[in-house]
Amino acid sequence: MSEKKYTTDEKFLAPENRPHTVIGPTGEEIHVDPLNDYFCQDMPKVQSPHTGIVEKFLNWARAESLWVLAYGTGCGSIELPPLFSPRFDAYRFGVMMRPTPRQSGVIIISGYLAVKTLKRAIRSYEQMQNPKYVIALGSCTINGGMYWDSYNTINRLDHYLPVDVYIAGCMPRPEAILAGFGKLKELIKSGNAEGANQYAENLQWYKDNQHKIIKDWNMPTYNW
Amino acid sequence: MSIFLRILFVIIGLFLVLNWGLIMAGIIRKIIARLGMRRGIKIFQPYINLVKNYSIRSQLSHGVMFYLGPVFRLSGGVGIFLFMPLIYGSDLWSNFSFTGDLILIAYFMFFGMLGMALGAGEGGHPYSAIGISRGLAQFTAIEVPMTLAILSVAIQYKTLSISEIVAAQQGGILNWTVFTNPLATVAAMLSLLGAMGHSPFNVVMAPQENPIGPPTEYHGTFLGVLQTNRAILHVIEAVLYMNLFFGGATNWGVLILKTFLIYFWSVFVGMVFPRFRVDQSIPWFLKIPLVFGVAAIIIFII
Repeated sequence: MSEKKYTTDEKFLAPENRPHTVIGPTGEEIHVDPLNDYFCQDMPKVQSPHTGIVEKFLNWARAESLWVLAYGTGCGSIELPPLFSPRFDAYRFGVMMRPTPRQSGVIIISGYLAVKTLKRAIRSYEQMQNPKYVIALGSCTINGGMYWDSYNTINRLDHYLPVDVYIAGCMPRPEAILAGFGKLKELIKSGNAEGANQYAENLQWYKDNQHKIIKDWNMPTYNW
Repeated sequence: MSIFLRILFVIIGLFLVLNWGLIMAGIIRKIIARLGMRRGIKIFQPYINLVKNYSIRSQLSHGVMFYLGPVFRLSGGVGIFLFMPLIYGSDLWSNFSFTGDLILIAYFMFFGMLGMALGAGEGGHPYSAIGISRGLAQFTAIEVPMTLAILSVAIQYKTLSISEIVAAQQGGILNWTVFTNPLATVAAMLSLLGAMGHSPFNVVMAPQENPIGPPTEYHGTFLGVLQTNRAILHVIEAVLYMNLFFGGATNWGVLILKTFLIYFWSVFVGMVFPRFRVDQSIPWFLKIPLVFGVAAIIIFII
């Protein structure tokens, strides 16, 4: 992520994020540039896994304790609450909802992704910590589904976030989502679910794609 | 007894308490699940969550106090443990208990909350301050009847040593404080509901309902430390109540049974009653439990 620097157009910035001057308690003037001063400017690095039996054990623990970000987009988000009802009971597979991206390891993009929502999805995904996994739910995330020629939804989620598991259907039933979790567990246990490292490795490509879609970029390049 | 042997037994005791706390959390969540007609988590899920949280690869900090918040919280929990006699009549399992340990433990109960407040304040989350002030306000309201009940027990037995309070309750179930001083027991058991953080009073730490709880920014190892502390704290608070009101324990089997039942009391109430808002829970603590607490003090004055 060194070749090309994106500049943030100032007209999209929220007022509190624009460069401004603050008067200190003793009268001195302090110049503040929030995007540079308040936000971490570092880019993510590839965090190499441990080797051998240690990584296998840790991967087993990661697979058996999937904390899902309680974040829904599109129609699929209505399929998520029944997962935790007595009928489907995802808890028995170690799946749990977390309210904050900091504590969650899985983000489910549950359906079509409007341009406006894509920005929020990227922010949420980047705030999660390595290792993290993406489940794409429904045909909208695969090829756009019934919104494939819509003016404000993206077609292939894969271009913007590294997807680990696709669950096809419109909409997939909660059973299908449980099967998706099973598939994700297999991937994690076999050590093949390294989406976070893949994202860090190909950050330039992902950022290029994201900037093509999001014209009013008003956040740091990478949202820690 | 040499200091090294004592330290060795403190470490073994801490290990046992931590494991019992994690298993108890699993059992309780299994019971809650069965009540809700679900199969629920695995009993050992808290262990798996702990391993996973400690194995998160990338972590970020917001400053020194952000680091120290979970450390303070853990030292609060371990601090209570260090001065708590676990098994009555056993010198090995008395930890570092001394004559005035009741006061020190009452102090340590609040210590972790304050450290957490400082840490979460630096978390950068704009609503952390609101979350922590709600938590502290409610815990202050919990502390009032709890402190009155503890003082009442101290006046009753004319000692501030937990070991002596346990010793005074030996010799039959009717010697327990729950029968000799029921007013203090009621006040303490009602305030326990808040201290354990289960349903009627857990809205301050319910990030699911309002994403502004204090631990919102904590992840990975930070969260792992907080979970470790919670496992220790739940057991050790139940041990405190067991020692003060339910005759203590003469072996580990009794300790496990009694702490489970004391902890289960808060879970039981939590399953039956829905959550209070903070503006409802604080007046509640300052009404019914406080009346019992004041009455428990007054009967020893007149």
